Amino acid sequence: MTKAFERPKALADVQQHYCPGCTHGIIHRLVAEAMDCLDINGKTVGVAPVGCAVFAYNYFNCDMQQAAHGRAPAVATGVKRVHPDNIVFTYQGDGDLAAIGTAEMIHAAARGENITIIFVNNAIYGMTGGQMAPTTLAGQVTQTTPYGRNTQTQGYPISVCEILATIEGVAYLERVSVDNVKNIRGAKKAIEKAFRYQKEDKGFTLIEILSTCPTNWGLTPLESLDWLRDNMMPHYPLGIFKDKGEDKA
Amino acid sequence: MSEKLLMKGNEAISEAAIQAGCRYFFGYPITPQNEIPAYMSKRMPKVNGLYLQAESEVSAINMVYGAAGAGARVMTSSSSPGISLKQEGISYIAGSELPCVIVNIVRGGPGLGGIQPAQSDYFQSVKGGGHGDYKLVVLVPSSVQEAVDMTIEAFDIADMYRMPVMILGDGLLGQMMEPVVFKSYEPRQILEKTWGTTGTEGKRKPNIINSLYIDPKDLEDKNIERFERYKYIEKNEVQVEVVDCEDVDIVLIAYGTMARVVKSAMKIAREQGYKVGVIRPLTVWPFPTEAICKVARTAKAFLTIEMSMGQMVEDVKLAVNGQKPVYFYGRTGGMVPTPNDIVEEIKKISGGEKL
Ligand SMILES: Cc1ncc(C[n+]2csc(CCOP(=O)(O)OP(=O)(O)O)c2C)c(N)n1
Ligand code: SF4
Repeated sequence: MTKAFERPKALADVQQHYCPGCTHGIIHRLVAEAMDCLDINGKTVGVAPVGCAVFAYNYFNCDMQQAAHGRAPAVATGVKRVHPDNIVFTYQGDGDLAAIGTAEMIHAAARGENITIIFVNNAIYGMTGGQMAPTTLAGQVTQTTPYGRNTQTQGYPISVCEILATIEGVAYLERVSVDNVKNIRGAKKAIEKAFRYQKEDKGFTLIEILSTCPTNWGLTPLESLDWLRDNMMPHYPLGIFKDKGEDKA
Repeated sequence: MSEKLLMKGNEAISEAAIQAGCRYFFGYPITPQNEIPAYMSKRMPKVNGLYLQAESEVSAINMVYGAAGAGARVMTSSSSPGISLKQEGISYIAGSELPCVIVNIVRGGPGLGGIQPAQSDYFQSVKGGGHGDYKLVVLVPSSVQEAVDMTIEAFDIADMYRMPVMILGDGLLGQMMEPVVFKSYEPRQILEKTWGTTGTEGKRKPNIINSLYIDPKDLEDKNIERFERYKYIEKNEVQVEVVDCEDVDIVLIAYGTMARVVKSAMKIAREQGYKVGVIRPLTVWPFPTEAICKVARTAKAFLTIEMSMGQMVEDVKLAVNGQKPVYFYGRTGGMVPTPNDIVEEIKKISGGEKL
């Protein structure tokens, strides 16, 4: 009998703490599957953020470091420079990466730091109870934009892939989603490609994954997927924003 | 390798780190420590090491965190405003039990302050600085040679106790040129860093570098365990120089470059017939409480001299514990007390003006 479905080796056999229907769980699985595919578990060092994924250090079967809020790319830089042969990734939410950690993100990219950032964009601060994030859409209601995000006073959402695409040191940028089976497959392929590029010393790679937060969006898991498709995708179009590898090929 | 070299304090500290096996340095420019990154950027590539200029002190210290967690000997340096920015990272490093060396070439503050030497970061270095229950070992050299010896020792102390160690200097020490000798380095202990994130290679369980303990009991246990280590350090790592303190009226207490001025003052005062001695802490945490307490039994008064509005004086008072009066004299903002200023203070205290 062949097993049709089993836990990836790179995913630890522990219960995760994510809310029911939250897509963080799917993304963890994809990262682990990509590690399995490339057989890099023993070489990988992950960096966990501050955010809902803070416990990610318990969820992957590889060495892990937990970083201060937003500092994961700097921490990953330290790890990677000491062990250039390791595969080093960070797993970060939008608040972590694109608000408090903007400088660390941009400068890791500018240095062409040979690391991979798994960027989970759910347009909200999940862990602290649903406040406005740098990626919160115009008009979106959150705990701290109770009347909807007013771009006149609360500014505009940040598009990470579009910003990073202007930077020379970046090797690969893709925005993917995990709202349906086809997109999940695409997301896995993108993560795998990023890790492969890192293995090949191509430089900085970042995969932005549109993700849901049913709890703080105040929607059911299924409604959340619809909300992601109807609201996030038009503003954050899926696709490849930079691919140095393919440019060369 | 034992010939005498003439070196600036900042450069000597950098070379000492390299001699101690440090191969990773993460920095950011700020006066008066710029000679350290400059030296590192020149020397590191020659020894297969890394100099990286970060985008901020915040990033630099987090790179230190990552590198230390990956098992490397690693250092960063800065001056007061930059060290303030590093405090979050220092707290995480302490909480995650990682060894590293941090150099603070102090300048006047608060705020942007000035660029002249000061000792006004004592509280920040010794009493915490960042959030939470933690300590740094803080070494306070007063000569370029001592800066070299202490920098080398700092890496051993950091590894041995798995904690950050700070070299607390000032602009005078950083800029002055003195002859130094680099002895061949002998580590205190050879420690294998089995806890580092080097990749499991499928041969062991994952190593995790972390300071989060969501269960309060776990966090309390962790802090208690760390403070047990601190107690041991307080017993074993205190360094202090006690100069002629038997049978004296006034004991002068100062650290770092200030202690050099104070020793000159002691000489002048003695020539004028005043019975004074000097206590110079070489570590300000752990603080030489016992040595001071002992001298307090026989001395009549203490005078703490600092380039600040009075910070270490609080620890001196705790050590003297009410046995004798403790006076303070300081200049701040980059002003340096002269030997004669200090002799004047000695006269005031002796003349009863202050008693
Ligand atoms: C320095 C600092 N500031 C604020 C916080 C509080 N905090 C914890 S998680 C978080 C936001 C996380 O949001 P995001 O990065 O979007 O990740 P998500 O939880 O949505 O996955 C904040 C502000 C903190 N831990 N540290
Ligand atoms: S709060 Fe939101 S992002 Fe966090 S686990 Fe719950 S659903 Fe997921």
